[in-house]
Amino acid sequence: MLLENINVPGIETLSVYRANGGYKALEKALKMQQSEVVDEVKKSGLRGRGGAGFPTGMKWGFIAKPEGVPRHLVCNADESEPGTFKDRYLMQHNPHLLIEGMILSSYALGANTSYIYIRGELLYVYHILEKAIQAAYDAGFLGDNILGSGFNLNLYCHLGAGAYICGEETALIESLEGKRGNPRIKPPFPAVSGVWGRPTVVNNVETIAATVPIINMGAEEYAKIGVGKSTGTKLISACGHINNPGVYEIELGLSCEEFLFDDKYCGGIKNGKKFKAVVAGGSSVPILPADLFLKTAKGEPRLMSYESLSDGGFISGTMLGSGGFIVLDETASIVKNLWNFTRFYHHESCGQCSPCREGTGWMEKILNRILEGKGKQTDIDLLFDIQSKIDGKTICPLGEAAAWPVASAIRHFRKEFEEYVNKPEEIVDVKHYYAVNNLQQSAK
Amino acid sequence: MSKEIRFTDETMALVQKMIKRYPEGKHKSALIPMLHLAQMEFDGWLDSPVMDYVASILKIQSIEVYEVASFYSMFNLKPVGKCLIEVCRTGPCWLLGAEDLVKHIEKNLKIKDGETTPDGMFTLKTVECLAACGTAPVIQVGETYHENMTCESVDLLLGEYKIKDARKTHYDIKHISIK
Repeated sequence: MLLENINVPGIETLSVYRANGGYKALEKALKMQQSEVVDEVKKSGLRGRGGAGFPTGMKWGFIAKPEGVPRHLVCNADESEPGTFKDRYLMQHNPHLLIEGMILSSYALGANTSYIYIRGELLYVYHILEKAIQAAYDAGFLGDNILGSGFNLNLYCHLGAGAYICGEETALIESLEGKRGNPRIKPPFPAVSGVWGRPTVVNNVETIAATVPIINMGAEEYAKIGVGKSTGTKLISACGHINNPGVYEIELGLSCEEFLFDDKYCGGIKNGKKFKAVVAGGSSVPILPADLFLKTAKGEPRLMSYESLSDGGFISGTMLGSGGFIVLDETASIVKNLWNFTRFYHHESCGQCSPCREGTGWMEKILNRILEGKGKQTDIDLLFDIQSKIDGKTICPLGEAAAWPVASAIRHFRKEFEEYVNKPEEIVDVKHYYAVNNLQQSAK
Repeated sequence: MSKEIRFTDETMALVQKMIKRYPEGKHKSALIPMLHLAQMEFDGWLDSPVMDYVASILKIQSIEVYEVASFYSMFNLKPVGKCLIEVCRTGPCWLLGAEDLVKHIEKNLKIKDGETTPDGMFTLKTVECLAACGTAPVIQVGETYHENMTCESVDLLLGEYKIKDARKTHYDIKHISIK
């Protein structure tokens, strides 16, 4: 539904977008009451597609409506979670889908000025959006009295400047105010006091785009797609050691095995190698070894849905997250992969909370030491201990995002850490590329 | 820096438009986009007089600009070459050979990560995830993403930038559109 027209030539232009049914959802929404649009989104079961999976309609329902205070909708297009590139793909190829979603969502929330906060690196996508927004103004979809409804909306793009943390909604708000991206303590939640102290809703690009098919087809029809509380479709950006990297729109509930091995999707592991592990929802979610990805600890086939991927909690499960799907084959070193992620979190920690600021640095140093062949047996427990002291002890979820990969890598691949510590010569010899001999986890 | 620090009239017009995107009295919101413009116009980096100039336009304290400029990784606080080569080093790009690309560039240009060639042409900078993991490894030069890079294609890329004036291509002010 989101990628349906992505390959139509010229879909980035307003005329082609309209010729393919574009802006029909907006026309429909503007004839509804604002609260009816919110109710539709609630009924659709749509959950935030940025990573947290919070019900979108409920988030919208929280927005405060004090008399005379403007409200704002801000689209989070700061896509920076390693492994995730779905929003960039969507905005680059079909900008009007996001713009249409922004207009109808702003209408539902009663926001008259909305922003798309896009990461600075995506300057070329920013230009595509600016052009599309101008076309929407020229056609009367933006500005005053949109389509004669009496609803006014100004929509602007705002460039970030390279900070993963600004994907966290309160850091994004700070950044939009022209400050450092330091997350705020909640409460107050943005729905009560967001940008410039005004009620604000921050939603991911894909979430906003999904409101368009929801209004077009109706919430009931949308909710029939998917499985259980995972309704609708999800964009999955697949990458790493697979044959067909790219962005796929899947119906939630697709079998994990089919997604990874079917030629319609990832097409299996590259170069005929064995499947070792997967980071299924962006770098922050727990890594899973092959067998636990394909089947839950109870032996049931695992599905690409919020519930199924988190089945087993953090002991044997993971999260759907942002849909950043990173596959590791048998040659990949779990330890070095973890070092790479940990360096990322250390680099991106805003520095407000000591557990995250210091802990990520310590973990990076310890992993570095292990990779250099100077690790000690006690380092593995030390790493586990540090992550447990970051988890849940920071203002924002970056702390957890840094802790979970460490906890899960040690939980599932402790043996590999021990080999790095006990037989460093062998490991250093192969320049960190570690072929797993006794791969218990090997499936397929 | 001896020359006077002043935006061209064209850029100043963009700045004024940019400020209008935010509610009255909330013009500080224009700071980050403005720093991008300043960096494009003043040689690809933000010297402190440039930041002071930006502060004076927004009528805020210089420190408010410094603290922001030093937080965001896209703002360069040291001079950079005409052609800034940003190699993604995170996760999937690393899995698919970004480390080899960095080593190759270091060898080819005889500089280390973060350094600039003596002729002022190239600066090498490793960066975190560029959201292009499906076409890893990725190198960004200016606003252009170069995807599925190999050592061979890096050589071609460097050769290409050696013959054209990268600054003219990538720090062209018309490349920020503000309606």
